[in-house]
Amino acid sequence: MTDIASPAVRISTRPASAKRDIGIKRRYAAERRFRAYGISAISLGLFFLALLLWTVFSNGYTAFQQTTITLPIEFTEKVIDPKGERATDGKVLMTANYPLLVRDALIKQLGIDATKRPLVKQATDMVSASSRTLLRDIVVADPSVIGKTVSVTLLAEANVDSAFKGQIDLAVDQSKRKVKDQQVTWMNEMASAGVLKKSFNTGIFTFGASSRPEAAGVGVAALGSLFMMLIVLVLALPIGVAASIYLEEFAPKNRLTDLIEVNINNLAAVPSIVYGLLGLAVFINFAGMPRSAALVGGLVLTLMTLPTIIIATRAALKAVPPSIRSAALGLGASKMQTIFHHVLPLAMPGILTGTIIGLAHALGETAPLLLIGMVAFVVDYPGSPMEPSTALPVQIYMWANEAERAFVERTSGAIIILLIFLVVMNLGAILLRRRFERRW
Amino acid sequence: MNIMSEAAVEKALDQKMNTVPYKMIGKDVSVYYGEKRALFDVNLNIRENTVTALIGPSGCGKSTFLRTLNRMNDTIENCRVTGKITLDEDDIYDPTIDVVELRARVGMVFQKPNPFPKSIYDNVAYGPRIHGLARTKSEFDDVVETSLQKAGLWNEVKDRLQEPGTGLSGGQQQRLCIARAVAVSPEVILMDEPCSALDPIATAKVEELIHELRSNFTIVIVTHSMQQAARVSQRTAMFHLGNLVEENDTDKMFTNPDDQRTQDYIMGRFG
Repeated sequence: MTDIASPAVRISTRPASAKRDIGIKRRYAAERRFRAYGISAISLGLFFLALLLWTVFSNGYTAFQQTTITLPIEFTEKVIDPKGERATDGKVLMTANYPLLVRDALIKQLGIDATKRPLVKQATDMVSASSRTLLRDIVVADPSVIGKTVSVTLLAEANVDSAFKGQIDLAVDQSKRKVKDQQVTWMNEMASAGVLKKSFNTGIFTFGASSRPEAAGVGVAALGSLFMMLIVLVLALPIGVAASIYLEEFAPKNRLTDLIEVNINNLAAVPSIVYGLLGLAVFINFAGMPRSAALVGGLVLTLMTLPTIIIATRAALKAVPPSIRSAALGLGASKMQTIFHHVLPLAMPGILTGTIIGLAHALGETAPLLLIGMVAFVVDYPGSPMEPSTALPVQIYMWANEAERAFVERTSGAIIILLIFLVVMNLGAILLRRRFERRW
Repeated sequence: MNIMSEAAVEKALDQKMNTVPYKMIGKDVSVYYGEKRALFDVNLNIRENTVTALIGPSGCGKSTFLRTLNRMNDTIENCRVTGKITLDEDDIYDPTIDVVELRARVGMVFQKPNPFPKSIYDNVAYGPRIHGLARTKSEFDDVVETSLQKAGLWNEVKDRLQEPGTGLSGGQQQRLCIARAVAVSPEVILMDEPCSALDPIATAKVEELIHELRSNFTIVIVTHSMQQAARVSQRTAMFHLGNLVEENDTDKMFTNPDDQRTQDYIMGRFG
């Protein structure tokens, strides 16, 4: 009986189900395919991010260590001030032959025959030439040190530093490498005596430009970047927010404002090097501002950041629900009161996020700075934004062009410092967003 | 609140509405949105201490008319108003009239509760603050308390005045908005479908509140609910396609309207 009944049921339902078959399987397959595309796109992105970070960090982490040599330096009066004129002539202490003190200390430490000049030369080459200024600063700061023996930590020369970090292949014949066998022997001797060792490299944060890798740092560049960021913040934020409020809330909607809007959107897409040319023509050639100055850099970056801030601010203002505006206007608040008491505080998270993204963009910008002369060899800290300085990304660009082995790790080290700056700024954006965010 | 005046108001309300003086007079009011005309020469007067309900199908112009009464239409681009509207003899579209001052005299409650994302206290104190109605902390405390009491919200929120107004329930939020409007001591309160986003219980509370507010304020309410118009108002105006069809005592309107269209709309034949 059931054998007969069931085909009858099947026949009656089949046409309906056949009609409804509109490709469920195909639809699910399409969905799965799309999901796979998405996942592979994200994985590809993550892979390249990981590759980038791995390259930078594996090359750069050694830059945060520096080989130092701690020697007992005898501040002999005979060398520093042979004629005893230091009380009357201030120049004596500045121009004294300080490397001689290092040489004497090395001769004593390594037990070299002082008459064998090539050997002595090899020994003194192991210590950075920056020792001169280091010792001079000690003596100038405290002249009473003359005549005493003080233990001083000196920077090792860059090649010794590289060799000690294992970055130089010692199997190569010594004529083809910068560190000679004798130096390697001394290096190992001093290392086992605890005189030569690796320590945290504070210099990379504080030093200015130098052609000697061990004495080069991003200090001046970081200060230059900081000056520029302050200028951008102080100029671009108020100008950008004021422009957006006017365009969004006050300006009549007509051809002119449409034109302005299109232009702002286009300006956001203008290549940054064009802003550099603009800065060169207007700020340096026309207004006569100093070259290489953070002031000019800041102004150029302000112009570059303005469209970003204006677009973000306008979007944030647009996103404030109109009911809040009606509520304030309905209570008899003026337009200004409505905007400044209600709309702006609600738009604040969006404005801040846009501003910080704009700032982060400006922080990493190199091209326009090349044109206004911020690619410069600046040793001394700028005292004001009017004085010459460089910027972090420019410093990276310059180090990447250097030939020495030790600059490779320093380039990556500087990139790490720049990335940390960016991460801190973005974290700041997130925190500010959380703080100002309100529900409505 | 003084018992004598309340009694007098009740007496006035019990009399024929025609004896109550006009608070606002609208003469030949037309509104254009760009090329489109939304209101056609509306002549509608609002009586003092009365609840006037504006009814009619969607898009008939009742909200547009309401918004001309405190010039909220000014905020809409391309909106143009012709005709004359007076508030106690003052032409509110006169160039010398300050719209900020007008809106302090004619308050508004919106369709969707829209408290500011601030504390309950700050929501109510905002109006008095910008209009300089209170100066000291105790003056603010007073105005916040009385306004919340008038809006029947005081007992529910007195222990949490510093909590955000957006954390209240929908009905409480709407009463907070009414308290906020009441705090600037307006003469007229406009309500644009104040209960359309509320549940029946919250609606009942707001309607009760409207009934109480009538003794101190002139109220104009736009509503889609015929029952609500019948419950809360003394005068009703019926709009259709931008025209004022009929304006009458609410009792008469719902029992024996003069116009056939009103009859049809109330009976549910269109709308």
